[in-house]
Amino acid sequence: MIDLIAKSAADGLLPVTIGSMTLTELPLREMHSIAPFKGAKVSAALKKATGVGLPDVGRGTAKGGVEILWTARGQYFLIGATPPKLSAAITDQSDAWCAVVLSGESAPQVMARVCPLDLGRMGEGDVARSLVGHMTAIIVKRADGFEILVFRAFAKTLVHELREVMVSVTAQAALPD
Amino acid sequence: MRINCPICGDRDRREFYYLGASDYLNRPAEGDLDAIHTYLHIRENPAGVTKDLWHHEAGCSSWLVVERNTSTHEIHSVTLASEVTK
Repeated sequence: MIDLIAKSAADGLLPVTIGSMTLTELPLREMHSIAPFKGAKVSAALKKATGVGLPDVGRGTAKGGVEILWTARGQYFLIGATPPKLSAAITDQSDAWCAVVLSGESAPQVMARVCPLDLGRMGEGDVARSLVGHMTAIIVKRADGFEILVFRAFAKTLVHELREVMVSVTAQAALPD
Repeated sequence: MRINCPICGDRDRREFYYLGASDYLNRPAEGDLDAIHTYLHIRENPAGVTKDLWHHEAGCSSWLVVERNTSTHEIHSVTLASEVTK
């Protein structure tokens, strides 16, 4: 059996540090989307199997290395575990996403330029589906910054867009008043 | 312009896709050609309150009925389309 080399979505592009900000890629993780069938209660079964139940709208739940994010109306992403058999539509999304973390003092200014969300209202652990530039994205507020997930095919564009803004925000901060 | 999505909260217009009048929710029975013609082509064009269908495309993916005023640009209400058709 040939051992293939797993290549992450932003391989060779990240990490980058510009000014006070750092953009890093999160390692590949197992991901499944879970869309419970109409009226189905799956939270208890999920909690029993993975240790984590379904979060509220706009939130995530996590325990150990397992996390569930709310990602759309009636849709959740289970990250870091294999889902049990549920009364839900489940699709394997592993390797289909690129996850990066933007951290540093000026991260909110960078996000404000590329994302229409009211980021000041987001608390740690809040999840939103929105845009980064023209890309649809999942945005999670973390203690150390913003986790951004886009489709894997957009990895290069995401890094490009964020890099440009990181450079610009840093350059403007260095200008004399 | 901002739309207050019942699921996601107050969001920028960029996240939404506009479909058209909420008349699209009232599909007539098959075979009634006059009603289908009206359903597809005949629209009010009010200078005032109108109801439209919007899709929260870059957000939670819900279809919304947005009641707004074309003269003043006020948005009066935003309802999930699934709750309107019930």
